[in-house]
Order: sequence, then C-alpha cells, then structure tokens
Amino acid sequence: MGTFELATDSVAGANPEREMDMARIDRIAEPWGTRTPYGSGSEWPVRVDSHLAQGMVPEEVDKWVQTASVLHSNGDAMDIAVKDNRIVGVRGRSGDRVNHGRLGPKDLYGWQANASPDRLTRPLIRESGKLVETDWDTAMGRVVARSKGLLAEQGPSAIGFYTTGQLFAEEYYTLGVLAHGGLGTNHVDGNTRLCTATAAEALKESFGCDGQPGSYTDVDHADVIALYGHNMAETQTVLWTRVLDRLAGPNPPKIICVDPRLTPVARAAGVHLAPRPGTNVALMNGILHEIIANGWVDMGYIEAHTVGYEQLQNEVKKYPPALVAEICGVPAEKIREAASVIGHAERLLSTVLQGFYQSNQATAAAVQVNNVNIIRGMLGKPGCGVLQMNGQPTAQNTRECGADGDLAGFRNWSNDAHVKDLAKVWNVDPMAIPHYSPPTHLMQMMRYVEEGSIRMLWVNGTNPAVSLPELARIRSILQQERLFLVVQDIFLSETAQLADVVLPAATWGEKTGTFTNADRTVHLSEKAVEPPGDARPDLEIFMDYARRMELKDKDGGPLIKWQDAESAFEAWKECSRGRPCDYSGISYDKLRGGSGVQWPCNEENPDGAERLYADGNFWAQPEYCESYGRDLITGAPVEAHEYKALNPEGKAVIKAAEYVPPHELPSQKFPFQLITGRTLFHFHTRTKTARAPELQAAAPDVWVEISAADAGAYGIAEGDLAEVGTPRGSVRARVRVSGIREGVLFLPFHYGYWDTDGGHEPDGAGRAANELTITDWDAASKQPIFKTAAARLARIGAGNGPSPAPTNTASAPVAEFPAEARTSGIPSARVDEATGTTRTGEAL
Amino acid sequence: MKIGLVLEGLHRSENELVHELFMVSERHKVDHEIYHLARDLAGWSRQHVREIAAIGKQYGKDLDPGPPGESSLMEKIREKGSEMMGRQGEAGLLLLRDLREVYVKASGVSADWEMLAQAAQGIKHRDLLDVAQRCHAQTLRQIKWANGKLKESSTQILVS
Repeated sequence: MGTFELATDSVAGANPEREMDMARIDRIAEPWGTRTPYGSGSEWPVRVDSHLAQGMVPEEVDKWVQTASVLHSNGDAMDIAVKDNRIVGVRGRSGDRVNHGRLGPKDLYGWQANASPDRLTRPLIRESGKLVETDWDTAMGRVVARSKGLLAEQGPSAIGFYTTGQLFAEEYYTLGVLAHGGLGTNHVDGNTRLCTATAAEALKESFGCDGQPGSYTDVDHADVIALYGHNMAETQTVLWTRVLDRLAGPNPPKIICVDPRLTPVARAAGVHLAPRPGTNVALMNGILHEIIANGWVDMGYIEAHTVGYEQLQNEVKKYPPALVAEICGVPAEKIREAASVIGHAERLLSTVLQGFYQSNQATAAAVQVNNVNIIRGMLGKPGCGVLQMNGQPTAQNTRECGADGDLAGFRNWSNDAHVKDLAKVWNVDPMAIPHYSPPTHLMQMMRYVEEGSIRMLWVNGTNPAVSLPELARIRSILQQERLFLVVQDIFLSETAQLADVVLPAATWGEKTGTFTNADRTVHLSEKAVEPPGDARPDLEIFMDYARRMELKDKDGGPLIKWQDAESAFEAWKECSRGRPCDYSGISYDKLRGGSGVQWPCNEENPDGAERLYADGNFWAQPEYCESYGRDLITGAPVEAHEYKALNPEGKAVIKAAEYVPPHELPSQKFPFQLITGRTLFHFHTRTKTARAPELQAAAPDVWVEISAADAGAYGIAEGDLAEVGTPRGSVRARVRVSGIREGVLFLPFHYGYWDTDGGHEPDGAGRAANELTITDWDAASKQPIFKTAAARLARIGAGNGPSPAPTNTASAPVAEFPAEARTSGIPSARVDEATGTTRTGEAL
Repeated sequence: MKIGLVLEGLHRSENELVHELFMVSERHKVDHEIYHLARDLAGWSRQHVREIAAIGKQYGKDLDPGPPGESSLMEKIREKGSEMMGRQGEAGLLLLRDLREVYVKASGVSADWEMLAQAAQGIKHRDLLDVAQRCHAQTLRQIKWANGKLKESSTQILVS
C-alpha cells in the first residue's frame, strides 16, 4: 500500500501539443483528485479523468461510446472505451455541463463489473426447489401464464412491480404504460422509495410539483452552501469536487453542514451541527426561528409569491434556540451562528439528502429547507437554489415516467382532467388507469405480499433482500410458497436466489437509452458492447411481456406502440409535452456529442432550462400541479377543494410542521441510536462495486462506527469485533472509532450475503445493517426510516489490526493510526487527469 | 350555562378516542403505518384530555387529566395476535372496520369542539376558544387521516 504523499506522479506538460497538464493519481487515496481552483461566478475549469484497463493505451481503443455514470445520481458524462467488443475503460467528457470531464472513483473502476464471469447469461426457473437454466420462451411463458391466471382469478390487484432507480427513461415509461394502462394495477413502485421519495414529496409540498429548482452551476455562484444530511463528498463526489475547487479559489463560499458524523463535508464546514438522530425538524424550526426573528427574510417575495407564511411564523415561534439545543443536543450558539450565516447569505444554495430523507419526519424536515430558501427569496437565480438530491442515477426518470407509481409526466392522480389527458396519450379508457387512491408505495406492497393479496411480484434491478428494513421479515415475505417472485437482474443477487423465475438483463454499456440526473440534465447512454450470453435489455423484456400478454389499447391496437429505445423515447416525449418535465425539444441527435440538456426543453426553452422558478413563477396552479400535497404529520392527502382554497393562484406553499419524536427511542436495554448509510467506494448492495477490485479493496467488509467517548466507556478499541443488536436482530462488525456523535452508531448498509457462505441470508452472525432497522416510514413520502433505531453494542473480542473501514471518508479514524493501514489504491488504481483546456477543448 | 356538561361529554369522547386509537394500533401492529400513526394521533387526544381537564375547572368540573395509557398485558396479547393474524386476508376487513370506528369517534369529538367553540365565542371566553380552536384543528386531521387510510386501503382489501 502507498501513502497520500506517494500517490501523485506529476508529468506536467506531457502533451505539449494541447498544452495539457497530465498527472497520474491514485483515486482511491484521493477520491476527489487534483484541485483546479476557481472564483465566484467564473467557469469551473476542465479536468479530464480517464482510466483504462492495465496495459491498454488510448491509441489501441477501437471506439469511444457516449454515456454517463450509473453508480450515483450526479450524471457525470463519460465515454466508454471499447476494444474487441469489450469495455476497456472510461474517460470523462470535457464538454459536458455536469462534470467538465471529471469522474468519481465508482465510475473510474466500476465498469469492470460488466465483464464479471458470474453475470447472469441465461433465464432461470425454479424446478424441484432449485433454479435451473432455461430459454426465454419457457421463462416468459411461466411469467405470462401466472399473470393471466391471476388476472382471471383476482384481477390486477394480485400483481405488483418493484423497479429501480437504475434503468433508462424508455424502460420506466414502458413499464409504467404496461402496468398502469395495460394490466391496470396500482402496485408499481421503484427503490427510489428508499432514496428520493422524500425529495419528490418535499418538492410537491412546497411547489405543487416535482422538479429540481436549482442547478449544479449554482455552486459556481453561491456565497453560502448549506448541506443538510448530505454527505456530498461521498455520494456525489464530482459535485463535491466542484465545491472543493470553489473553496480553493478566491471568494470561497461558506459551508454549513448538518450531519451527526464527522464527514468530509463537516470537516470543510464553517459551522457543523451534529444533531441527535431524528430531530431534524426541531433543528430546522430553530434555524427558521432565528431567521424570522432577526428579519432576515424577503417580505416582498413572501407577499408576492407564497402562501402560508403566517403559519410558519406561529409554528417556529415555539422553537427558540435554547429549547432546540435541548432537543437536538446541539449548542444554542451554533444554531444561532448557522442561522446567521444562512440569514446573511446573498446567494444561498441548500442541498438535502439521506440524513433528512431516511430519518424521522423526513418530508417535514426537507420542506423546512425549502422554506429557508423561499422566505429568503432565494430561488431561480444564479447561486440561489435548492437541490433536493437523488441517490440513484436514474431516479428522476422513475419519478417522471410513472414507475414510482405516480402518473407519467407529473400528472396528478387526483385530477380527473390529468387522467383523461393521459388516457388520450395512451389511447385507453380513463377507467383503465387506476387513480382511485394514491399509488401503492413499496412498503405497503410488501405488506400486501405478506398478507397474500399480492401474489406475483416482479422485482427488477434492485435487491430488497438486502436493502429493505428488517431483513428477517423481508426474507420471510419473499420466501412464501404462495408468492410468485420474478427477478430481473444482471447478477444472482440475494433476492434473485429466492425467485421463481430469473430474467437475465443487459446493463449500462450494453443497451441504449436516456437518463436524467439530479439537476434535470438528460444524457444519452449508447450501447457499446453486446450483452453476455442471452441477456436482454430491460426494455426488450418489458416489450416482450406486453406482446405476450396481448395488451391492447381501446381500439384493439397494441398498447406498446414502439419497437426500440429511440421510438420509446419519442413516445415518452409526446407524453411529457406540455408538462413540467417537458422533453419535447430533446432528441437522440440533440444529445449525441456535446453536453447533456436540462429539461424542460421545448419551444420556449430550445436548449433546456438551467433553473426553475425564476421570478417566483411556479407550477402549483390547482389545474396544473402534480399534487395537492399531504398532511406532513399524518400523511393524509389534501383534497382538491382544500388546495384550491389554500392556493388558488399557484404560489409556493410554505408548510410548517411540529417536531414529533422518533417512534423508537433509546432505552436502558438499547442505549444507542443506530444510523445506517453509505461509503464513497460502494453503491447499494455492492452488486457492481464489489466486483471492481479497486473499490472492493478500499472497503472490503462491514464495520461499525462509534465515538471515542463511547469506545472508552465500553472498553472497546479500534478493530475489535463487536455485536450491534436491536429488537429485530444483530450484526457483527469490526469497530472504527470515528468522529461520530456520542451515543450514535453507524453501519454501512452495502454488505449482504451473496459473497458469503450464507448466499442470501446470514450464515451465523448477521452482516447486513438492515437486519437491525425498524419497519417504519415517513407518513408523507412513505420513505422508510433507516436512521433512527435504538441499539445496543457488545464487545465480542479483540481484532488483529484496524477495522476495514476507509480512512479518508466519514469513517476516518480520530486517533493515531498506522500509516500503512490508511486507505490507498491497489496498483491498478492509478487514474490519468488532464487539466489545462476549456470545455470546448481550447488550451488555457 | 351548560358548558361544563359539554366539556364533560367531550372529556369522555376524547378518552374513548384515545382508547380506540391505541386498540387499533395494537390490533394492527403488522400494518406498520397504522400502528405508529394511531399511537401518535392518540398522543394528540391525550393532550386534549389534559387541556379539557385544566379548563374544566373554570366551569366547575373536576375531570381526570390522566388519560388511559398503553401497554397492559391484554394489549401485548392483542399485538401478538396481530402478528399471528398478519398473514391472513381477513385481517383486512377488521382494519377497515377499525378505521371506520376511528373516523366515527373522531367526528363525534369534532362536533363537540364545534359546539364549545360556538359557546366560547358567544360568551367571549378567549381561553376556551383558544383551546377549542387548537384542539379541533388536530381532531380534523385525525378524521382526515382515518378517511385517507380508508380510501387507500379499501380497494385492495375488498377486491382481493
């Protein structure tokens, strides 16, 4: 292993022709790479990151194929290097608005998973209890026979679809049409329920509609960036690189961080608030209390463009800093200091992620962040924005296209005119589209499976047997004999091992489609190589199913009228026309070459729209809005007439919320609070990242984080083996003594069982963090709560060295640490970085 | 003046609502949102009971501020029963009946608060009006919750 100091071989000026500076960097040791500082309002310099297979040189690459990253939500544009129908590397696209050439570690190394020898290459069916290989006709025949049988016997309420945040827009749209308009089931959701449901709900509550208000370019202009439960350094590494480059340049922004862990963001912050888990609403109300009490508000904006300010004033009056300090365990001084920085900001960018979305009162807390920007009048201008972030690369499309249960094109399920309009687009009877109640969210679908009214569940591109809360319960639900479980995936995941039919899918680089990142940037991802064996693109699988099911429109024609990715995109464009997420001005040709394009892209915005809600114009008119909202505490949907009375002119809605304590609080028996989360080096349940040697070596196994004070009190040392227990199960992990808040334990949720002897379940001690989590969700967004469970900790024995946790991320050790055990890359982790050109390729 | 009588009746109704919500929570422990939300909403009514008892003194009523609690042995047994019943479809019908009962009981409470608020305005008792307005707003949210849950659950339970 190397060290930080040895990681860089500078070869400045190695390519004199283009005046580029070249460097080779260990991007495991330095995940954010080399600084390219820039000042407020200027353009972020280009840095092109590339990584090729050992021994491969650019001159030998057959072709470069355009795409963007699928191992996080940032949407970093890149090209795939292809040699002899094999992916041999990646290179960032310098001209793209999102990343200006940069790539994160997961992109630089993760592509290797495509060529893993254990890819699924043939369909599997269960015979005498075992999964055996078969052909597509047999496998699809079984799925279709069961579907038709259930439709005849019970109707569409027997069938549910659980999709992902990692397919392409064309695939989600096709799935949404066939499930909603064809089968007529209300049971469609994505695993975006676990990552971005609260982002979507918070935007609907405040602005009447989903849609990211801000833009990544707001980082270039902001003078204050406030990150709420958002460890951007690890979840969107390239966006964080942009922030680091601002911090290294003239007029750096001030950073506010709310996080119970000492994350890289917290280390860079001017003010770091580390609240007790589950108290975010109290904290936000405290900050809002200070902002309002000090008059740091834009009354002109509030009066012209909002409703509900008075209720907010009345609510936050009850949260003076001294009280909030008690609830949150944060000094009152720090709350005042944070509020003052935010209150004096001239260009405030607020970002939110899982620390709010997966915690107690998720939507209520995220909405209060919107409120900060609304009452300060800081929306729709350079540097003034809100980024309610996504966790997954294509989560935005799951939401837009209707694969999360919402109606396609941000149509409002409780507005009959919208349903009628959608029925016209699909050429079906409006009654064919279920809209009698809110769409069934995932956790409710699992309940219906448990009690036996959903009898066929089709899971694709996600791994609920590791990623859902309370795994013993989830396994027992999925293992029921009476459930027909279809799993469509690229590996035999824990969930696939429980399936009745397994459908092998093609993945990124093996199929064509588009997807949209967290700041509405649409990218084209082209097919670079053939999928392995008989694996097929998800789009083809869905179209094949619709064909075999003989799904028809109301005139007897085929319901699915497209044949390939591009024609599916054209159909989706028509569906989105005139809606907020308007793609009608985008085409594959427009996306080829050049940069990604931000929606809405239409006649009015031919090159897309950088920011939403300029001049205080919203999509919240009762006739146009996507949602009338919900009660933030009870989750009860607001009725149309109530919304019309509240917000007849479609202004921004300021919604207040009282603090409600978490449902599971520490006790004598379970004295800690357990939070789960992610690390920079892995994505989800590691199906891809664990198959990339550099990433796997950087974070090879589960660990548990504990504060130095708690470690002392429990007589636990770095590297010891400990058991974390909750009323639902236990997990054994090696201890990292980190900068986490006292009384709080952290477990990464990535580690399951597919690479252990247990296969799909624990073989002895538990390893998956979700053995421990509670089945409970936010009543408004229906997002499960992964970050508020009571837990106990016991030392099992001494370790033989430090824990396997990364040392250059939020899990960094706080005590003296042996240099040779610090995180650094294996030899193949060296990455080329080229700086010194502009986005158009000219020398600086 | 008959305000004391209304307060007495309301005190009884809110107590019954607390009891009902706890019972629904325990019976449907495996329907996790029902379980958690019913308990949270019972908390609102328990607070209402305290406020009614406090203001009742002004109207000559000595009402118990301590509403019914939770977690008796019987309730634990009901929770266990819920877990065992959780794989049977018939539990769904019971859920609809229970939500209907919450809706009806909360509507009764709402009517009582309406009456009180009207009386308080008539005799210009600001304290009483303030309590009635604050508590009634929450009662309405309890009703909407029960109604929303009924709407959301009925289709699946009744057609499958």
